[in-house]
Amino acid sequence: MSKGIAITGMGIISSIGNTVAENLSSLRAAKPGITRLDLIETRHRDAIMVGEIKKSNAELETQIGLAKDNNLSRTSMLGIIAAREAIVQASIDDIDAYRTGFISGTSVGGMDMTERYYTTYQESPEFRKYIATQHAGATTGDIARHLGIRGYVTTISTACSSAANAIMLGARMIKAGKLDRVIVGGTDGMSKFTINGFGTLMILSDEACTPFDENRKGLNLGEAAAYIVLESDKIVKKENKKVLGYVSGWANANDAFHQTASSAEGEGAYLAMKEALDIAEITPDAIDYVNVHGTATPNNDMSEGTAMLRIFGKENIPVFSSTKAFTGHTLAAAASVEAVFSLLSLQENMVFPNLNFKTPIEALDMTPQTTCLEKELNVILSNSFGFGGNCSTLIFTKA
Amino acid sequence: MAELVEELKEKIIDQLSLEDIEVSDIDNNDPLFGDGLGLDSIDALELIVLLEKEYGIKLTDPKEGKAIFQSVQVMADYITKHRTK
Amino acid sequence: MSKCYIKGIASITAQPTTVEDQFLEEIISYQESIFRASDPNYKEFIKPAAMRRMSKAVKMGVTASQMALKQANIEQPDAIITGTGMGCRQDSEKFLEKILYDDEQYLTPTLFIQSTHNTVGGQIALGLKCKAYNVTYVQSAVSFESAIIDAQLMLDEQPNSNIMVGGIDEIAKTSSRFHILNGDVKKEEIHNLELLSSTTTGTIASEGATFMVIGNEDTTNNIAEIVDVEIKYSASVEEIKKDILEFIARNDLEITAIDAIVLGNNGDHSFDHYYQELQQTLFKDTEQLYYKHLIGEYHTASAFAYWIGTKIFEYKNVPDVLRLNDKKSQEHKNILIYNHYRGENHSIALLRKC
Repeated sequence: MSKGIAITGMGIISSIGNTVAENLSSLRAAKPGITRLDLIETRHRDAIMVGEIKKSNAELETQIGLAKDNNLSRTSMLGIIAAREAIVQASIDDIDAYRTGFISGTSVGGMDMTERYYTTYQESPEFRKYIATQHAGATTGDIARHLGIRGYVTTISTACSSAANAIMLGARMIKAGKLDRVIVGGTDGMSKFTINGFGTLMILSDEACTPFDENRKGLNLGEAAAYIVLESDKIVKKENKKVLGYVSGWANANDAFHQTASSAEGEGAYLAMKEALDIAEITPDAIDYVNVHGTATPNNDMSEGTAMLRIFGKENIPVFSSTKAFTGHTLAAAASVEAVFSLLSLQENMVFPNLNFKTPIEALDMTPQTTCLEKELNVILSNSFGFGGNCSTLIFTKA
Repeated sequence: MAELVEELKEKIIDQLSLEDIEVSDIDNNDPLFGDGLGLDSIDALELIVLLEKEYGIKLTDPKEGKAIFQSVQVMADYITKHRTK
Repeated sequence: MSKCYIKGIASITAQPTTVEDQFLEEIISYQESIFRASDPNYKEFIKPAAMRRMSKAVKMGVTASQMALKQANIEQPDAIITGTGMGCRQDSEKFLEKILYDDEQYLTPTLFIQSTHNTVGGQIALGLKCKAYNVTYVQSAVSFESAIIDAQLMLDEQPNSNIMVGGIDEIAKTSSRFHILNGDVKKEEIHNLELLSSTTTGTIASEGATFMVIGNEDTTNNIAEIVDVEIKYSASVEEIKKDILEFIARNDLEITAIDAIVLGNNGDHSFDHYYQELQQTLFKDTEQLYYKHLIGEYHTASAFAYWIGTKIFEYKNVPDVLRLNDKKSQEHKNILIYNHYRGENHSIALLRKC
């Protein structure tokens, strides 16, 4: 088995908590963060349920300590909070002590500010500071500046698999010796743009989502940011760092089937899982738990389940659960949210439940773990898929 | 009815950006999906919006579209029965 | 580290750069601060059924990718890695305007689907039925360079592969003009060929797509080698000078071995001093070239510098329209590229003739 790249810090803010500790406590208590939307005005309010972080932008600004004239989007502010926690946990005092990079995934970037001020720009110079905020890379720049990272900084935007690809790239950069340390993950704030966008695809549920259930009605949108710190073995050894776990397998493949929908046989998902297992140098039977993508759309769960049957075989499906019923689908942040949850699972030896599940999908006959399960966990596989046929798998192993 | 059928063809061509297709190319009974016009699942969602916007018919489940979007004729029949504008 | 050769490269820009067997012989001039790309005949490359939902960014991207594949004589790449600043900006803007002006009603999915940044990469994969690695970078002026760095990693991990790398950006009606309001783009009308005599802030904006196929196999078809690429988010002028010297040194060269430097001067009075300082100090005796007066500024405009470098090797000639000074190299072996946007997202790259 490949040893992988050491993870020395993690940070998260989601609808189930503002810190890693708060998220863990909600997960253990099986307490979801799915509610009606409170902070954005939309005509769809009563037609959808969401995983919303109940902090206004003004509260986030105060928490971070931003100047009044800042032009940060919600996506940037959530990102700063999560990345800061990750760095504190990794005991990084001097960001310049090693070649440190920052790779962030985002899909909406500063869209929340664009949609708020778009119609005012022509008339109102005071809001024009937000024009540059929309670019997704501006979000990453805001966070990098806040952390003091000035070297290798980039953004990946592959829709809902963005953070998985950011984590994967970070691991590859360290493995190749191009960086000594890299903060990787993703952030996406809630926006009217995505609420309406997913609405047009008719895949938003008007109830709390029910991943892998026969009668699932669609997903709940969420917002979150989560980052992990990857460090080279050299730093870990030299500074005697505590390792939270390793990212030991990774892959990205393309379904090449449809712009938004996944293929019936789950080809892209199958290829991503297979290649990630190869990179980790393990066979499917080594997987103790799968944190599935499990968005609760009819198409995703069917396709992902089919791909899992192909990889593991009907008799050998590992324990699996989707944690999307806790947080909603946090889009570009989803894979890093679930990376943090996977690290918590390894740390606590606990599988967090797939909430709201009642009936197995008839064609698959697969039943997720529906309660907190104490179990020794050494290897966890986590899936994340996005539009454009983008399929990514990460494998995390115990320290 | 003939008028509605013609109007519907024009609206479908417009909504789905079928640039190289003329009203006369679409037979009333041609299947819209698969072998006929070759439309796909995204087009089906576009047609659901067309029904709501132009004829005040609101579908909540995309699966309902399957039966309605069989052909222009079937669509026109459905619209005649259910239109609210 | 594994070698990284350019096997094919194509660029759609505001100049007729897709015309075969020409290297900037015909130049189009513009009299405004925002101008569109010069379109090739997209129908030659894309089937009508596939074309109907494609915005300009997708058409440009798919077409440039096909041209690069053809030149490289490769049918199926082993990865598709793209960069874009704003993705399919036109469709994003249309969708947003419908949300804002139609009170979130009668919205259609096509515009939303296209608004995702990885649409071009996904559409290329769909067209080629390519199931390989497919990632999109969105980091302002280093979006394209981020894609190259990923491709270099991959060539190390998987020898003998061919990787498609591309950069795409398009102009949109309203949101591109917002950048006149915030000062990123010049307010006044400007003749593009006189860009550097401008004394105002802001630049000129355009759009384009540059795609290349890179691989590590040493064949006679290879045109250029990408020896090294580095990106840096934030740096002062002094830091950039130091970085460039270190970059050249780590590639076992001295400044005198650089036969030409391709700079990203964009006529913005507030930020062109990064380039001017290099022109006046480190590279004062080096042949200096620029290109943004021809193709405008956009997040992936620097990809065109790779096209220029490759063409110089191929044609053994430098069009005068690119010249910033009167120094001329007899022969071109090593070409250095430096770019940044508004003092952030700097990139340094070294191209070498094969």
